[in-house]
Amino acid sequence: MIVFKNVTKNYGGNTGLNRASVHINKGDFVFLVGPSGAGKTTFIRLILKEIEPDSGSISVAGKDITNLSRREIPELRQKIGMVFQDFRLIEKKTVYENVAFAMEVLHRSKKEIRERVPYVLDLVDIADKADRYPHELSAGEQQRVGIARAIVNRPRVLIADEPTGNLDPVTAMEIMALLEKINVRGTTILMVTHAKDIVDQMHKRVVAIEHGQIVRDEEGKYGFETVNPYYFSGEEVDPYVF
Amino acid sequence: MFSRLGYSIKQSFSQMGRNKGMYFTSVLAITAMMLILGLFFVAFVNVDLFAKTIQQNYNVVQVYMENDNTDKLTEEIGKQIKAMDGVDNVEMVTSEEALQTLKKRWGDNAYLLDNLQENPLPDSYSVYVTDEAAAAAFAKNVVTIKGVNDITYYQETIDKLAKISRFIEVASLVTMIFLIIISIVIVANTIKLTVMNREKEISIMKYLGATDWFIRGPFILGGVFIGLFSSAVASGLVYLIYEKLVDILGGDIARILSVTLVPANYLIINLLIIFASLGVGIGVVGSIISIRRFLQK
Ligand SMILES: Nc1ncnc2c1ncn2[C@@H]1O[C@H](COP(=O)(O)OP(=O)(O)OP(=O)(O)O)[C@@H](O)[C@H]1O
Ligand SMILES: [Mg+2]
Repeated sequence: MIVFKNVTKNYGGNTGLNRASVHINKGDFVFLVGPSGAGKTTFIRLILKEIEPDSGSISVAGKDITNLSRREIPELRQKIGMVFQDFRLIEKKTVYENVAFAMEVLHRSKKEIRERVPYVLDLVDIADKADRYPHELSAGEQQRVGIARAIVNRPRVLIADEPTGNLDPVTAMEIMALLEKINVRGTTILMVTHAKDIVDQMHKRVVAIEHGQIVRDEEGKYGFETVNPYYFSGEEVDPYVF
Repeated sequence: MFSRLGYSIKQSFSQMGRNKGMYFTSVLAITAMMLILGLFFVAFVNVDLFAKTIQQNYNVVQVYMENDNTDKLTEEIGKQIKAMDGVDNVEMVTSEEALQTLKKRWGDNAYLLDNLQENPLPDSYSVYVTDEAAAAAFAKNVVTIKGVNDITYYQETIDKLAKISRFIEVASLVTMIFLIIISIVIVANTIKLTVMNREKEISIMKYLGATDWFIRGPFILGGVFIGLFSSAVASGLVYLIYEKLVDILGGDIARILSVTLVPANYLIINLLIIFASLGVGIGVVGSIISIRRFLQK
């Protein structure tokens, strides 16, 4: 799903990423960990093609994005759902409108939006607050909306940069359960986190970066127990989307 | 397709609603710019027309006889002229005919001419020459003929007018370039304010995979709206001013220069087309400039 081959990215004198190679399969749930300044955000920005690598190649959903033109970037980002630490909801739109907005941006029909949005809101368990504004929600509820918006267009991969960074431990675990549920339904997930307790509890694959280098890449301990339809097959089939 | 346009229109109106003051100010400023341009345009069109009207008379040289010429001498001179190089045709204008023409032109003031004891105007010939070069050569030769007092021909006036109209042309072009740049800057700044208000929304849209044109759409429409609205107001104002001008001066100008001013409603259609295209151009360029930086981020 996401393949980095010997990717290097420097910012002037600063190392962002140094000859990093990572292979993330369809259906994986991967934690990206490392100290501050290690290159985690750089990794994500490269996937989104917000920045260009100095060398190496990157492919997303089977497509090499190294030489993508500016005009092809929207298509790439439509395959990716983004979840942020600070939620990034539009304050003057309601919960429903925030999620619907993601579909409007892709020119989905009104009918499609009317059917799909309530379904997704229900999935993230926020349907009862559809008409509220973001500032009327708790942090955990806002993040649920953020996740709903990220998955409403059925992305191939969900990328979350510190999604639990602003949440208390209990709420954080609830969000993790939600992400797990989404992963089980077939969406690949890449999550950046500092939270050691979460990583330890989830038993997922962990990719660790330090000074821009991949220093550790461990399979999830209980991978067999996790329902991952692609875990054994290894073949590139379209994920079963919910 | 229409729903996309509908989305952009809805968005751009809600943006304008939130920044009414700024949009209003830039409409005012751009209207003022266009007003200046419009007045240049009016001046240019009229001088140009005047020059062209006169140019059509380049081939007529008026040759005036001495007052004490005998009829026979005048007739002789007429034959002589007819035989000269480059002369196409010759028409006699008697002093009496000249006076009638003058009376007609003076209109209400013609009674002043009634008091004259004798007709001060000489007999003359309207000499039609084949081309401009011939006119110049003919003019030089004909004054040497005995019994010829003076000549008039339009060459000098034509040259002067050509200079004036070229000057106005260049001046309006330079002014236009400056005004267009200023207008683009005004639109760009107005739109930029709107863009800044929605910076977060734009960055979210980019993460969601919105195309550049989808993001730009509402802002461009906002710019186009400023341009179009300004062009409509400016055209209306120029029309009113010009119509008044024609009303006050048109009669006098027709009498003195024997040309009519370009009619206001002919002018306005052209002006509207020019202003509208200018307005749309300014709006599109201004808004694209203002949003470019935000799209690249
Ligand atoms: N735009 C930039 N210009 C210059 N240097 C940058 C830029 N972005 C990141 N860096 C540098 O690249 C390195 C990696 O940064 P990155 O943001 O990827 O770290 P991170 O792992 O996401 O850290 P954190 O956990 O604090 O978010 C750091 O040394 C950082 O200072
Ligand atoms: Mg970071």
